[in-house]
Amino acid sequence: MVDFNPSQRNLVGIEHDRVTNVSSTDFPGYYPGEDHAWNLDKFKENFKIQISYLTDLSSSFDLVGVDASIANAFRRIMIAEVPTLAIEYVYIENNTSIIQDEVLAHRLGLIPLKANPDYLRWFKKDDPDIEPTDYDTVVLHLSAKCTTNPSAAPGTTDPKVLYNNANVYASAIQFEPQGRQAEWFPDGITLANPDILIAKLRPGQEIDLTMHCILGIGQDHAKFSPVATASYRLLPTIDIIGPPLTGDLAQKFKNCFPKGVIAINSKGEAYVKDARKDTVSREVLRHPEFDGRVRLGRQRDNFIFTVESTGAMTPDEIFIKSVQLLKKKCQILRKFNLRA
Amino acid sequence: MPSATNENEGTGSPEVPQEEFVDQEMADGEFEFDGEIDPNKIQILPGASEDGTAASFRILQEDHTLGNALRYMIMKNPEVEFCGYSIPHPSEAAMNLRIQTYGEITAIQALEKGLDDLLDLCSHVEDEYRKAVEAGDYSTVEP
Repeated sequence: MVDFNPSQRNLVGIEHDRVTNVSSTDFPGYYPGEDHAWNLDKFKENFKIQISYLTDLSSSFDLVGVDASIANAFRRIMIAEVPTLAIEYVYIENNTSIIQDEVLAHRLGLIPLKANPDYLRWFKKDDPDIEPTDYDTVVLHLSAKCTTNPSAAPGTTDPKVLYNNANVYASAIQFEPQGRQAEWFPDGITLANPDILIAKLRPGQEIDLTMHCILGIGQDHAKFSPVATASYRLLPTIDIIGPPLTGDLAQKFKNCFPKGVIAINSKGEAYVKDARKDTVSREVLRHPEFDGRVRLGRQRDNFIFTVESTGAMTPDEIFIKSVQLLKKKCQILRKFNLRA
Repeated sequence: MPSATNENEGTGSPEVPQEEFVDQEMADGEFEFDGEIDPNKIQILPGASEDGTAASFRILQEDHTLGNALRYMIMKNPEVEFCGYSIPHPSEAAMNLRIQTYGEITAIQALEKGLDDLLDLCSHVEDEYRKAVEAGDYSTVEP
């Protein structure tokens, strides 16, 4: 494609029925006379990280100056390759509840555990000779029995009052430290959310089971994914081209975007206040009166990441681990000697 | 330094680049890897050019995560004429990577430089992110 305006190189064009200029073109030889070879110092100059917010459970931050392939690699690793601890083996002693054994085991597996995966080693599942050890397996126990509550007032229908233990919540799971786990996990293995409802019981029903938890990655089973989700979007850009919009047209223009994106200044002209808040619904492109007056786009190297953790680790730990994992992949390949 | 050399016997010209298995001592020792490294992790596919400027690699247990990122870093090398990756079948955990150079360097050198550059990039991203978290210039409440 011909390079009409070099300042537009970084922008993905958004039209009413298509997107343009999508692929990155910063390779050596693409633009004659320009040097796009990899230069670590140039990268360090252009690279920027800006964190919008960081809580224990979620975070949003900007990565500016990387290519889509690298940002995507971080996102994929966060979802599928950062190891976490989750319940894998469920040994059921007694289950007279209405929830089938396998359904109960499946639900238990999906419960997020608040455990630092760095303290555990991998458990080799495929080898039948290997026994679980305190290095690689955490043992949890769940025991719940439902009985009638004799002191309930006659005529109540609320199961919480009529029965004891009618609802089995994740808080009923107890950690049984094995070997030296009492030192490694002084606070025990807790749950990220103790209010998860596992099963409902009625009098006479009982659940009694032991669970073994091991390390795993999201690629193997989604229960091992440390994030509820990790996603990114590109920073939107809105350019008002030509004469400024005024009066009713400005007001109509403002209503085409979410609140806070467009503002009207003292002269009555519409201007772009905060393009970041835009959801790029392209509503403005549906109206013929704005034809040729506005150009929508996205900045190709500005990634706004949103990471929502399930509670096992904080979002910044998860991102750091994903960067370290990409490094590890390269290091493993680098150690090979492929020469003749 | 013990190493097993895998010679191509009889198939193709004797100047096809040979591959060596990873050095076992190095693999067990300084590498804090949670498992054994598969010696077949990366292989040079047959059909590479005689002078080594064009070669295809087959990397096991990798997918678009590493493939696309590595392809981008190798393409940033001005000596590389062509670099592309493909996943022959989604049910098989393998990725093919082809590198062709203009002749000054070999494909293996281009691959090594790409891996080193990607390592540098990741190190810098990690450092900057840690600095940003420590700087504390952000809100601790979700908006």
